Amino acid sequence: MSKDTLRELTQYRFVQRLGVPRIPVLRRYEPGQPLLDGPALVGAVGKGRFADDVRALLAGAGVAEAGEDGKVAAAVLDATGAHTVDDLAAVQEFLTPAVRRLGPCGRLLLLGPVAAEGDVEAAAVAQAFEGLVRSAGKEVRAGATANLVTVAPDAGADALASTLRFFLSARSAFVSGQVVRVGAPVGPVGADDPARPLAGRIAVVTGAARGIGESIADTLHRDGATIVAVDVPAAGDALARVANRTGGTALQLDITAADAPDRLLAHLRERYGRVDVVVHNAGITRDKLLANMDADRWNSVLAVNLRAQLTINRALLADEGLLGDSARIVCISSMSGIAGNRGQTNYAASKAGVIGMVRALAPQLAPRGATVNAIAPGFIETAMTAKMPLATREAGRRINSLRQGGLPVDVAEAVGWLAQAATAGVTGQVVRVDGQNMLGA
Amino acid sequence: MPETRRKAAVIGGNRIPFARANGAYARASNLDMLTATLDGLAARFGLSGQRLGEVAGGAVLKHSRDRDLTREAVLGSSLSPYTPAYDVQQACGTGLETVVLVANKIALGQIDSGIAAGVDTASDAPIALNDDLRRLLLRLNSAKTLGARLAALRDLRPGQIVPEIPRNAEPRTGMSMGEHAAITAVEWQVSREEQDELTVASHRNLAAAYERGFFDDLVTPYLGLTRDQNLRPDTSVEKLAKLKPVFGKGEGATMTAGNSTPLTDGAAAVLLGSDEWAAEHRLPVLAHVVDAETAAVDFVHGRDGLLTAPVYAVPRLLERNGLTLQDFDFYEIHEAFASTVLATLKAWEDPAFAKERLGLDAPLGSIDRSKLNVAGSSLATGHPFAATGGRIVATLAKLLHEKGAPARGLISICAAGGQGVVAILEAA
Repeated sequence: MSKDTLRELTQYRFVQRLGVPRIPVLRRYEPGQPLLDGPALVGAVGKGRFADDVRALLAGAGVAEAGEDGKVAAAVLDATGAHTVDDLAAVQEFLTPAVRRLGPCGRLLLLGPVAAEGDVEAAAVAQAFEGLVRSAGKEVRAGATANLVTVAPDAGADALASTLRFFLSARSAFVSGQVVRVGAPVGPVGADDPARPLAGRIAVVTGAARGIGESIADTLHRDGATIVAVDVPAAGDALARVANRTGGTALQLDITAADAPDRLLAHLRERYGRVDVVVHNAGITRDKLLANMDADRWNSVLAVNLRAQLTINRALLADEGLLGDSARIVCISSMSGIAGNRGQTNYAASKAGVIGMVRALAPQLAPRGATVNAIAPGFIETAMTAKMPLATREAGRRINSLRQGGLPVDVAEAVGWLAQAATAGVTGQVVRVDGQNMLGA
Repeated sequence: MPETRRKAAVIGGNRIPFARANGAYARASNLDMLTATLDGLAARFGLSGQRLGEVAGGAVLKHSRDRDLTREAVLGSSLSPYTPAYDVQQACGTGLETVVLVANKIALGQIDSGIAAGVDTASDAPIALNDDLRRLLLRLNSAKTLGARLAALRDLRPGQIVPEIPRNAEPRTGMSMGEHAAITAVEWQVSREEQDELTVASHRNLAAAYERGFFDDLVTPYLGLTRDQNLRPDTSVEKLAKLKPVFGKGEGATMTAGNSTPLTDGAAAVLLGSDEWAAEHRLPVLAHVVDAETAAVDFVHGRDGLLTAPVYAVPRLLERNGLTLQDFDFYEIHEAFASTVLATLKAWEDPAFAKERLGLDAPLGSIDRSKLNVAGSSLATGHPFAATGGRIVATLAKLLHEKGAPARGLISICAAGGQGVVAILEAA
């Protein structure tokens, strides 16, 4: 991983005096850390559906409610009851002073409305929140983030809790300007333990030997999951270290092999009897301009990044009983799949394909109590980005609202949130972990 | 005490790719390689932090600092430090002998699980001090007065600087293993062509096994090596025919660097357990260890070749189990040299040898050669002495499991010192 020298320099006051803005050091999650490191301000527009539940959740996590003035660690506005342009005035009335009080790495979290069918004004207002939150994400400073969670009328507070916790906590350090829709849960939400939300769950992570996959394995294990670490046989030594560190098993498997789904499912059936979480993380790049592209580069990228996910998902769906009661599939897409990237037609095609797959698969999984979502990482500091030319790397890092690259753990934390049984109301969605990158937004 | 006699289960194995001496593992020690191999096995079967019944392991070429090498490897691995371990040494039979030891303890109910392992490096071989110098230094160390110390130092001589380098030679004959094998090859009239054909088959079988992903759950890469460094998938009888003989003399010299196993570095381990232990831990049972036999021959004063002990061990093992040589689906005969395998097969086919030397009415007969070393053997993988047994047991167990019960396999490993270890596995 490469060092962010510029961010380190901007921590010095004499550098700041030169007029160089300070690049924030983000607060990241550590076990035992409080949900927020200060009081929270909670407001509601009209008769908010969840304001009381939010207050209860915060109180349960030991977070004090903010007083009349002073810095706040989070400002949460329950705007689920906002349906008219007049209601938006109340939103501004709450947010303007709230943003002024938001402390370093603060959280601005809006709970947005869902318009009733045929109510044109309500639809306009609901959409207005997206513009609002994306602009706020670009304005908030010092590592703060702004996100919008919409809640369907048939989703209750229990379906919302794990998502609230994720966006308020340091786990969402590099997630900003995002819109997540919480719908009716696909199955029982169940009680969750915020300290070990994945306790007892069996989680497969492909591409687990290094980089983001390694971090996903470590993070899911930290949250209580048993890890089945999968990677190509050639990466077996690094994979063994991950498996031993996480007390899981290593499965050396080329996921593009014809018998790969069979071998993966046989391993799961034999060793565990079920699977609760599948993280499709394995991916490769074979960059070339379209004009110079060859079939080999094109097909190998699509085989690993898209076809393998499709075939494994198909096999999981076809198998009666292997998917646990609250199965969660999380697919790693990419910002390139949304925004496109010069030299990456193959990669972007595969990663956009992942998004299409997730949307189409969600309704098929819902009757089995399972969800499927995609995460689209932006610029994440890995061994791969460390090899980029300096200028390209610097540009890649700075063009987001947090003015820095994310860490593999930022992607892993988002995976952990979607992997929880409690996150039963989020499915078929794409969440970007990119610090609100300007590309494709 | 448990009243039990059960068959030990082979659950699986792990090895690192074998490297040619002074190749990819030139700077790796026995301890490094054995630890990495145990860690790979632990990862494959989720044993991290678990206490096992025991780990038996060993090496043939050992440094003096490698005292209790296996225990040190366990302590450096992700296995629970509460797992006991001990070292075994029986030349090239070491690896299979560790399997027998662990399997026997499981069979007797003394332990429920264990790992049998072996490692060797020809690159990081021990070099010892000249014996004269060593004695002088010991005397210096025990000297109590300055005078005695000076007296010891006065005996220092330039010649004492020459170190003791380990030689691939039998202490009692001064001959190398290859030279011994060459005598046996002549005795059994093993032709150059036969040896080269067996060599080609070994390389092709190993390459094909890699290609079909057979080793995906048997091998873990190490230090950048993902396949055995000695493997030559494109070798041919024509290419091998060009090599000059390196062992034997004159007309009868048939053994080349191609049809002899090169010096190799590597390590292998096998996970064994009772069926119950495997079931409790949701682990597969690939095969069971049925029986084993070790034989030794008098190659110093007698008529036997150095590497011919398995010729004697197998008939004893077959008789005890009521089997014939033809009752097997797979034969794993360690390819120390191509000529060793061929001479062994010829000895079993020879009526006179059966009668006079084995004391049998009829020879064991010939085997179906298509069942021999079907996933390659030492000529292609290389042969890190103590690691070969573990490689063969894990490979055969997987082959048997693929074929399914009631498949049966025979293992035969010749060893320096005129010894040989053989065993029977059956599919689970």
